[in-house]
Amino acid sequence: MESSSNGTFHLRRTRRKRIGMILAGVLFLATILGIVVLVTLLVDVAMQSRAWLDMQFLNSLPSRFADQAGIKPPLYGSLWLMGLTALISVPLGVASAVYLEEYARDGWFLQLIQINIANLAGVPSVVYGILGLALFVRFAALGQSLLAGALTLSLLILPIIIISTQEALRSLPTGLRESAYALGATRWQVIWSHVLPNAAPGIFTGVILALSRAIGETAPLILIGALTFVPFLPQSAMDQFTALPIQIFNWTARPQDEFRGLAAAAIVVLMILLFAMNLSAILLRDYFERQTAGE
Amino acid sequence: MTSSCCSCSRRFAGVSALWAGALLVLSMGLVGCGGGSDGSASGPSGSVSVDGSSTVFPLTEAVAEEFMRANRGARVTVGVSGTGGGFSKFLRGETAVNNASRPISPGEIEKAEANDIEFIELPVAYDGLAVTVHPDNDWVDCLTVEELRRIWEPNSEIDNWSQVRDDFPDREIELYGPGTASGTYDYFTEAIMGESGASRSDFTASEDDNVLVQGIEGTEGALGYFGLAYYENNADKLKVLGIDPDERGSGASCVTPSAETVNDGSYRPLSRPLFIYVNTAKLDETAEAFGDFYLQNAGDLAPDVGYVGMPDSTYALVRQRFQNRTTGTVFGREDLDVAGVQVAETLRNAARADTTE
Repeated sequence: MESSSNGTFHLRRTRRKRIGMILAGVLFLATILGIVVLVTLLVDVAMQSRAWLDMQFLNSLPSRFADQAGIKPPLYGSLWLMGLTALISVPLGVASAVYLEEYARDGWFLQLIQINIANLAGVPSVVYGILGLALFVRFAALGQSLLAGALTLSLLILPIIIISTQEALRSLPTGLRESAYALGATRWQVIWSHVLPNAAPGIFTGVILALSRAIGETAPLILIGALTFVPFLPQSAMDQFTALPIQIFNWTARPQDEFRGLAAAAIVVLMILLFAMNLSAILLRDYFERQTAGE
Repeated sequence: MTSSCCSCSRRFAGVSALWAGALLVLSMGLVGCGGGSDGSASGPSGSVSVDGSSTVFPLTEAVAEEFMRANRGARVTVGVSGTGGGFSKFLRGETAVNNASRPISPGEIEKAEANDIEFIELPVAYDGLAVTVHPDNDWVDCLTVEELRRIWEPNSEIDNWSQVRDDFPDREIELYGPGTASGTYDYFTEAIMGESGASRSDFTASEDDNVLVQGIEGTEGALGYFGLAYYENNADKLKVLGIDPDERGSGASCVTPSAETVNDGSYRPLSRPLFIYVNTAKLDETAEAFGDFYLQNAGDLAPDVGYVGMPDSTYALVRQRFQNRTTGTVFGREDLDVAGVQVAETLRNAARADTTE
């Protein structure tokens, strides 16, 4: 009885091995597919943009003539938006996460907030655009300003920042907090001196990924009334603005082929910005990991 | 332990200061770079906000670009919210000028009255719609309005070219058109069906005319419509059809779209005037200069962006309207068919009616 069952076991082993190998192959293909699509996209965009991407392109105002058109206003608009959005959303998001993780008592209220934040992270960005239009542009009378845009984008990425910060705080060993308490530290001292520095790599990663999402958003900006043709640079947070994704959208919708080259060049600039942001996330994370490991 | 705690607290504070500092430097750098765009301006130096139709956008953009080249201190911003979306901002007093690919609607006029907004209606150029087929299509050169209506009417059951005309081959027909939010869709349905928005819904719709061009270019039995500007930029890839304006025409009086046929009103009913609406309450020095500049240069700039300029005599009539601050609409009347409308004649009639009153 035992030996015969052993026999079938061995018989099946080759079959299971084969299935295992096929599965490994399928998974490999799935991985490769994503990379192939990404590389194709990058190469295609890079090829199209080659003739257009130069200093003049970065330094010029928009124009109906493709060879004179540039992305200075949308580039500055996007940088302004990112700066303001970060200033608004990072302190708010990290503070909420610290409160939820370190201070709030478990109960139905906390559960309600948690469920809401999780749901908000999945709300389509257009909906935030409508909210921003009603709340910031019209009710708060901020107009179609950079500040209204940044506030809308902040709402959009706040749930992401809160959730990723919470994850980072939660992943810290409880021993870290307990030993600090044991030495007589107050709750705030524990949070400021131990919890936040140790959670910093996770927090920064979450923040930068959230900002990277915000920089590519078009829908909410179009809804709150970001303009398409803005031939000047914003001077303050209350100025009207345009942003890179809107300029790209506008150029791809033009009938002339040259504008698609311009759109490709603007996409390359947007991607360089994105890569730079992701790179800084990685560098910051490494920096903090090295610091904590060195202790 | 205490020392390590302090050092790490200091480190964190340092980094957060660094973070805030970086943002500060970034925004200050931006402020610094932003300065100096307005030099010594002798002309108007205010700002004009324009929004509205995506169809009129390229023309207004071109005018705005030239206007700001001539008046260094002036700022003109142009948004793209669609004609209807633009009107809703315009009628709240949020914008000074609205780009419109159709005249103002009765509902919008009511809203203007309710909000005490007075506007000047200015036709600025012509736009034509092109009905196109696949370049290898050799059986059709012209369609009558009646045939177009049978193909596109709501619940139309035509799905084969042989159903359109008896001598057409047995070929599946695939329809392409702009999305329901576009002014082009409103305009086509109004001109062909007689009712804005009346259309079959089982066609490939896209707000992006490039998608339509690619679709028609790649499908042998395709039939589609979009702005003439897009056809002219893709003339080598598509075949454009003539339109017989006669209601029950046999195709004998076919007219193909071109600058001439649009301008003399013979390409009917698929050519239309484009408008800008100006809020009189916002007519400051800059807005007035911009309006004047628009009417003086639209005729030259229109062909650059794919539209058809009006004759100089017509622009003179429109300029007169602007200078006299004649408010209200002439083209937005319900009894007036804007399709193939003779702009000059309508304006002359309106001016005559004004003087007799």
